[in-house]
Amino acid sequence: MAFASIFVPDFMVQAVVRAEPGLREKPVAIVDGNPPLVRVAAANEKARLAGIEYGMSKLNASQFGGVEIRARSAAQEKSTHAALLDIGWSVSPRIEDSAPDAIVLDIAGLTFLFPSEEEIAARLVRLSQECGWTAQVATAANVDTAWIAARGFRGITVIPAGREAEMLGRLPVGALSLSLEISETLHRWGIHTCAALAALPVEELSTRLGQPGILLHTLARGARSRSMAIAQTESTFEEEMELDDGVEDLEPLSFLLGRLLDQLCARLKTRSLAAASIRVRFELEATFEGGPVAPVGQTNPRGTYQRDLQLPVPGSDSKMLLKLLRLRLQGDSPGAPIVRIMVSAEAARPRAAQGGLFLPTFPDPEKLELTIARITHVVGEENVGSPALLDTHRPGEFQMRRFVARPEGASANKLAAENHFPAAAAASFRIFRPALPVQLELRNHQPARLIFQGKRGEVLTASGPWRTSGDWWREDPWDQDEWDLEVRFPSAVKREKAGADSGKPGEPSGERGRYRIYYDAVRQSWFVRGIYD
Amino acid sequence: MSARAATLRRHCETLLAGRVSSPFDVRNAPSVETVSAGIAPIDRLTGGLPRGSLTEIYGPPSSGITSVLVSALASLTAASEVCALVDARDSFDPHSAQAAGVRLEQLLWIRCRNVDQAVRATDLLIQGGGFGMIALDLSDIPPQAVRYVPLNVWFRFRRAVENTPTIFMICEQESTAKSCASLVLRMETQEARWRHTEPSRQEHNGTHTPGCLLDGWSNTAEVIRSRARREGWISEHLISASVGAGVNSDGSSIDFETQALWSLHSFAKSVGKNGKVLSAGGPPPR
Repeated sequence: MAFASIFVPDFMVQAVVRAEPGLREKPVAIVDGNPPLVRVAAANEKARLAGIEYGMSKLNASQFGGVEIRARSAAQEKSTHAALLDIGWSVSPRIEDSAPDAIVLDIAGLTFLFPSEEEIAARLVRLSQECGWTAQVATAANVDTAWIAARGFRGITVIPAGREAEMLGRLPVGALSLSLEISETLHRWGIHTCAALAALPVEELSTRLGQPGILLHTLARGARSRSMAIAQTESTFEEEMELDDGVEDLEPLSFLLGRLLDQLCARLKTRSLAAASIRVRFELEATFEGGPVAPVGQTNPRGTYQRDLQLPVPGSDSKMLLKLLRLRLQGDSPGAPIVRIMVSAEAARPRAAQGGLFLPTFPDPEKLELTIARITHVVGEENVGSPALLDTHRPGEFQMRRFVARPEGASANKLAAENHFPAAAAASFRIFRPALPVQLELRNHQPARLIFQGKRGEVLTASGPWRTSGDWWREDPWDQDEWDLEVRFPSAVKREKAGADSGKPGEPSGERGRYRIYYDAVRQSWFVRGIYD
Repeated sequence: MSARAATLRRHCETLLAGRVSSPFDVRNAPSVETVSAGIAPIDRLTGGLPRGSLTEIYGPPSSGITSVLVSALASLTAASEVCALVDARDSFDPHSAQAAGVRLEQLLWIRCRNVDQAVRATDLLIQGGGFGMIALDLSDIPPQAVRYVPLNVWFRFRRAVENTPTIFMICEQESTAKSCASLVLRMETQEARWRHTEPSRQEHNGTHTPGCLLDGWSNTAEVIRSRARREGWISEHLISASVGAGVNSDGSSIDFETQALWSLHSFAKSVGKNGKVLSAGGPPPR
């Protein structure tokens, strides 16, 4: 059996520093409590060297020049702990969620994947650094020894089986997480290290300290053996940030979103996953309650703003995700100062990069999504996509669907396309949206002249009426008589007359047009639907 | 090579050093890949639509520009290429396009309201890259409005699609891209063909109009400018073969038919197996 433990020293500080990488090299003190009793709850080593002590008031701490003081962030601690678990699951499926700042992994059998326990520990340290904090890692033959060694030793510690007592013996007894009472007792006895504690006779220790004494003696010798309490695998990825002051402008908001997305993508990468969709949720300042109306199908409590970003292919590029979110927010801003940001990702397996050798070129899905988002910002969301016909006879009905480039089935279709060139073009139609009103003059029940868009035309040939109706059960039924017309406009007539005067036959004019008009029985008017072109 | 010629060559190379890298090396123009426009006569006339170039098609309304555009989209989407249509006046008809063979799921349709939106969307699409064809449809925009687009925009677009597999097509009423286009086609329409059936008749519920159906029409396509012809991409053999297929003697224009699709109508028209129209128009007009 082999176990590894990851411990994040100064957890409260590192959770805050993870969200503000600029603080990494500075002395930082974390304060907690309700005013006026705001006290220092944690400090990093540089702050402690500068003179910051636990329990010091915020006012006192702020008098130490150069020490950055931040409020404790439960949201950041929660995100950091979730990221710590992700690092563990990236290496082993068996994890014990020991404490907010430490986990234990079962690494038995992983030597098939990693050459040694040192390699495993080094990987855990590297992953921790990628996620934004420094960690202490220890491996040992039992759970508690690994856990104690991770807390007690800096960097990477590998304890070979059988040398637990020797290695733990160097640690102070405080590494065993003693109660205050036992700690004072051992201090009075002159017991300062685990080696000294392990050298005490266990019967005598039991007489004086009871069962806790025996447990501490076993732990100090590295001889305790117990089973792990396995944590359930989580597939939710969420990062959040609380803001002291409301943020309203897009620029500072993008900066904060960028940080959260960096953290989220780093977590996804540690689990070898990618984001299939991103959900961003803002809590708005209380004075702006009752902000945007919830979209259909989404619950949107008052004072919150929530948007989903569906990705064409799962991605974990935080810069690309930030660009997409920015474009989305530019066109649909929250409209109120934001005091809390939550970004969550729906995880999926990442896209395989290998494409077909003989497939035609197609836009890179991630780049295409960015291009579509930019175009959407120009023309509107409802005006970009792929048209899809609906199962209805109502003229001109279609819907816009999300466009996704799919390069499948190329070869057979390509052969078909290359070998089949029709001799005649298929007639195409252009639609006037909305339909143009037209003044129509009938002669013998047939269209004879029409006036629309300020032009007066003579109908040469008419085909119709072709009557359609439907949707009588809806509020907007249709009942129309359609006509196909060939129309000649006056300028064309004059030109033909001029041609006849000069002895030449009337040459075909570009001012002829073939239109489709219809009589709308519901609105009792004539309209031009479009033109054959 | 004689010693004198060699000396002369060295002298020329010395004089041109720093300005012309290799003045005596012959460089053949790179061959340009072309794609079928989806209409055999147009392919015979032009040699196909050149990739990495700007193709301009212009003509008045009803001159068949949209038919050529839709045929090209059908040809490319059938080959599983992804195409984009920037529709400056939101006039694209997906029903007729699908009837003509366009695979709509392979088409990115951008519905604009004016020229400015259309040009900006086109710019973004070209920069994005990866499309088989990007079509900018300005056919419904008055020529006066299109003329406001600066010429350097077309130059920029042409430069952006160079050395890419993208066909950039502009459809409009008058030519505006000028020398930026590698292929310029002018379209004209001829008279429409109608299938007449029986004369109007009186029935108990009113007068039925004479039955007829729009059968199709003829178009004329004329090559105004073709880089392929100028640089000899289209062989003489192809041109001479095309003359027999409706191309005029200098091989610069061709007539082709446009066939109406009955499915364009939202209901089935009564047409017999031999193509004869069985119904006499429709019900009496209201």
